[in-house]
Amino acid sequence: MTTLDDTAATSEGALHTVRRGLRLSPEFRAGLAGTVLLALVATVGRLVVPIAVQQTIDRGLRDASAGGADIGFIRTTVLVCAVVVIITALSAYAMNVRLYRTTESGLATLRVRAFRHVHDLSMLTQSGERRGALVSRVTTDVDQISQFMQWGGLMILVSVGQLVVASLLMAIYSWPLALLVWVTFVPLALVLRRLQRVISEAYTGVRERVGDMLAAISESVVGASVIRAYGAEERTERRVDDTVERFRRAQTRAQGFVALTFPSSELVAAIATAGVVVAGTLLGIGDRLTAGELIAFLFLVTLFVGPMQVATEVLNDAQNAIAGWRRALGVLDTTPDVADPGPDGVELPRGPIEVRFEHVFFAYPGDGGEVGAIPRQGVGSKTVLHDIDLEIAPRSRIAIVGETGSGKTTFAKLLTRLMDPSSGRVLIDGVPLPDVRFSSLRERVVMVPQDGFLFDATLAANVKYGRPEATDGDIVLALTELGLADWLEGLPLGLDTPVGQRGESLSAGERQLVALARAYIADPDLLVLDEATSAVDPATEVRIQRALEGLTRGRTAISIAHRLSTAEAADEVIVVDRGRIVQRGPHSALVSEPGTYRRLYASWAAQRRL
Amino acid sequence: MSQRVTSDIVRSGLRVLWVAVRAEPSIFTISVLGSALYAATTVATAWVLGQVTQNVVLPAFEAGRTTAATLSAGGLAIVGVAVLKALGVAGRRFFAGLMQYRLQATYRRAVTRQYLRLPLAWHHRHPTGQLLSNANADVEAVWAPIAPLPMAVGVVLMLVIAAAAILATDLLVAVVGFLVFPAIALLNVIYQRRLGPIAARAQQLRAEVSEVAHESFEGGLVVKTLGREREETDRFAVAAHELRDANIAVGRVRGLFDPALEALPSLGVLAVLLIGSVRLEHGAMTPGDLVHVTFLFTLLAWPIRALGWVLAETPRSVVGWERVRGVLDATGSLPYGPAAFDRDGAPARLQVRAVRHGYTPGRPVLHDVTFTTEPGRTVAVVGPTGSGKSTLAGLLVRLVDPDAGVVLIDGVDVRDAERGELPRIASLVAQETFLFDDTVRGNLGLGLDVPDDELWLALRRAQADGFVAELPDGLGTRIGERGATLSGGQRQRLALARALVRRPRLLVLDDATSSVDPQVEARILGGLREAQSAGEGATVIVIAYRKATIALADEVVYIEHGRVVDQGPHADLIARSVGYRNLVNAYERAEVGSGGVISTERAAIEAEDLTSEVAS
Repeated sequence: MTTLDDTAATSEGALHTVRRGLRLSPEFRAGLAGTVLLALVATVGRLVVPIAVQQTIDRGLRDASAGGADIGFIRTTVLVCAVVVIITALSAYAMNVRLYRTTESGLATLRVRAFRHVHDLSMLTQSGERRGALVSRVTTDVDQISQFMQWGGLMILVSVGQLVVASLLMAIYSWPLALLVWVTFVPLALVLRRLQRVISEAYTGVRERVGDMLAAISESVVGASVIRAYGAEERTERRVDDTVERFRRAQTRAQGFVALTFPSSELVAAIATAGVVVAGTLLGIGDRLTAGELIAFLFLVTLFVGPMQVATEVLNDAQNAIAGWRRALGVLDTTPDVADPGPDGVELPRGPIEVRFEHVFFAYPGDGGEVGAIPRQGVGSKTVLHDIDLEIAPRSRIAIVGETGSGKTTFAKLLTRLMDPSSGRVLIDGVPLPDVRFSSLRERVVMVPQDGFLFDATLAANVKYGRPEATDGDIVLALTELGLADWLEGLPLGLDTPVGQRGESLSAGERQLVALARAYIADPDLLVLDEATSAVDPATEVRIQRALEGLTRGRTAISIAHRLSTAEAADEVIVVDRGRIVQRGPHSALVSEPGTYRRLYASWAAQRRL
Repeated sequence: MSQRVTSDIVRSGLRVLWVAVRAEPSIFTISVLGSALYAATTVATAWVLGQVTQNVVLPAFEAGRTTAATLSAGGLAIVGVAVLKALGVAGRRFFAGLMQYRLQATYRRAVTRQYLRLPLAWHHRHPTGQLLSNANADVEAVWAPIAPLPMAVGVVLMLVIAAAAILATDLLVAVVGFLVFPAIALLNVIYQRRLGPIAARAQQLRAEVSEVAHESFEGGLVVKTLGREREETDRFAVAAHELRDANIAVGRVRGLFDPALEALPSLGVLAVLLIGSVRLEHGAMTPGDLVHVTFLFTLLAWPIRALGWVLAETPRSVVGWERVRGVLDATGSLPYGPAAFDRDGAPARLQVRAVRHGYTPGRPVLHDVTFTTEPGRTVAVVGPTGSGKSTLAGLLVRLVDPDAGVVLIDGVDVRDAERGELPRIASLVAQETFLFDDTVRGNLGLGLDVPDDELWLALRRAQADGFVAELPDGLGTRIGERGATLSGGQRQRLALARALVRRPRLLVLDDATSSVDPQVEARILGGLREAQSAGEGATVIVIAYRKATIALADEVVYIEHGRVVDQGPHADLIARSVGYRNLVNAYERAEVGSGGVISTERAAIEAEDLTSEVAS
């Protein structure tokens, strides 16, 4: 397994990345030969002007001083050249369009594949911090490649072609003079290569500074009320000023290096031109070069300047693109640690589900940085569940209770196969979970997570998420069944009420209710509920309790209970302490015997006493 | 219509540029001088080459000999002009960048200052995302045309000099130039106008792709547990493919105009060659002139594009400027008075008199709220969701000022207090915890210099000492957005410690322990009560949902629809207020409804166990 860590992945060679990238997006290679051919035509067209000048001077104006210009020849030359210029432009257009089409198609494929793969990785369900990084894998990282293809990549293609054809023509006119031009430009290329490294580093600094600055600005906005309440304006202002200034300095520094590349290529080009004039004149005196050829050289030298001027920028761009590509490919390289058995897997028949845990252990792997194993707070490897052995009968309603960190949530994740145990087996209806097809598992086992995440769509669309083919009638029925009919009626737009981003137009309690309706309409046989801890007002709480009652009826239901009223209502309570099952039995029995449950219950009850 | 709008944008764009020039006159002058030098030397380069051709190269070729002096004069002229040109380029680029970055920094600071100055009511009216982009993306957009601006000014100069140079050479050839250069400029304008909307659309689609990915990954648990990966991928693919098509459309425009812009000067050169040859035959031109003019065409083709760049950035710049001005011109502030509070650490006396407050005019959230809390008392503010409790909490520590009425601490109107005075004696802990991207120590102190043992004391009282001690660097551990990960409950406990470390005389808790485990909450509340009875406590206003929290209070203020309905000890309110009774008893009713066991045994065990729990 590879890590999604940027630094670890940079060791891979650029060529290797490109080769792998091309393999994964075959669109890139479609019609490549034709595109290269067009590129060749487009670059050859750059030679038209020097050749036209040379021909005009050497042949058209041979006896210019004597007034004997061959206007007919010049007219023909100019006409032919004009046609070539137009063909060149058309080829360039065709090449550009082909290039954009293939690269963008390839990148879209890469994007979609990486997106799908992220959903297959279990880390998504574990770590909120990594989410931003994952989003950038399918957005900015791919955009970086796209940006490069739209500008830098094209530049490289055209520049290399331009240098090659210009050199060839120079060599045809006069190889010693061509050599002179090369000898002048090679040191510049070497210097620019070094400069590019410095610039690239400078820009890394700029990116770091921009991150700091955005963090500071964001604090002044997001933390406005805390800043006000604690009088922290000065502190915040200082931080913003500091980060803004450091960002500006980093920018200026990088700009200083970039500003060096242009004058140096101008100077080198002038030296080359002067060299061409001096050496060319001497060669001309020896009859080894014509005046037109010398003048053509002056034009050809300008073809060397362009590529040199953009070289550092293009190389930077290329570096970023390769890094982005590497990161996007890194996602695809990450093997999902929980795999779908696919068509070979077992389809579970419908009906109440029985659950069995056989000697299940679970430990978050050590801080090795492995994907899917992000330890909390940097605490090293620790066993979360110890030797869980357990059977849950069909249709029973179980509450799992325990203090924070006792392993309750891990229990739920193993049950829904968001993770696999380190050792031991989890079976439903006697079938080990890894043998069950995902499609079947997700249909029969549904988990309602703590935060009740909703999508930015209508209420109906969110409920339908549980079963896309459900009709509006089904949804109304479901809401009624959960005792939410009057709540629905109270909504201004009814089922069409938009819930806002993350469902934020609804209150936390209402979000929970919609999440429950979503689970209800999915009609699972085993329901796993991770109760929300955050407080909702008592009226909503009553409503949620009632909805839960309707939702769990007739199903096997396992609740990770934070409110012990859930435990009171359950058929059986399983008490977890430090990763082990310490008690099991109905509430009435557990509460009267000394032990963990009694203690938990006492403190919970005290919370409500007046 | 669109013509008018465009010229409006150009006019506004010029106004923005004028602001920039006035803000950084000397840097702008230097960069324009650099650009002018570059412009003059670019034209001079072509002229020098023409002269060298005419006076060095051709005579040598004709005569079959030359002198070292002539050759070196030619070479030195070429290099000499290039040195000046290099100076011009370097100066222009560096100072244009410097100007751009300085303006960005200045306006970023100004916008953020404004955020810190404007009242919270203003903040509430503006979405966070908008404020962030005002300070970052918008400021950047405003000054984006600054980098190519000196170049564009130089180009105008360059065109004038070039026109003069060509005119001086030959009138007929000049006609070609006067056709080609305006054509290039015009093509640039059309190019940018065509590209603008398409590029904007691609940009917008990039944001959309990002939004879909964000939402989908954020809801990853739901997607996975309901097995909806395929549908999500399809949804993402739709957005990704739209972006692909938009990018291809951008490419199509670029792919068309870039070669056309390259072809035009080449065609110009060819025309010059033809016409020039005819003129040459008539003796109106020399071969050197021909080289001069053709070279000029080659050199000028590229810089002319700078006009297009400035133009391309202008619409974004104008929009950005309007947004930034919106922040900078925003009015409203929190005026402060000269009063100071006692800092003896004794609990404060709080009076709320006839306070009315609302967020939209004519729809007050609080009506005529009046109550008094004696020093050292703990008051629970209880009421249904949306009854105005959090608004009241904000008024007490003067996050906002009431529309009418007054909040008095120790008899002083909080509006009369000197700036910074109130945060010294009153602390609010909100339900939504905000931690700064800083160390634990920095987050607790927030600019105050507090000795570590006091920090630990506050952490202990907030039941946060345990997990802070376990952090890799203890108090020095970085937390917040890019630091160590803390659970919601841990974050709330840190926020509580941040308030306690100030030893506030008035402590306002707005459902500040909602994510804390009940057992831990019990210990926190027990600790607060202990401190209170030890005489080092504060006057506490606590907004509560949980019964245990209410239990801590000496008195309850019961609010419904923004009005104080009743006030007094809990037992009295239970007896006489139906609304209050219904609200606080909702839990019990819930359990009866769901057929849960109403435990008789509960009363028996809770008494013994709670006391031991709190004590531990």
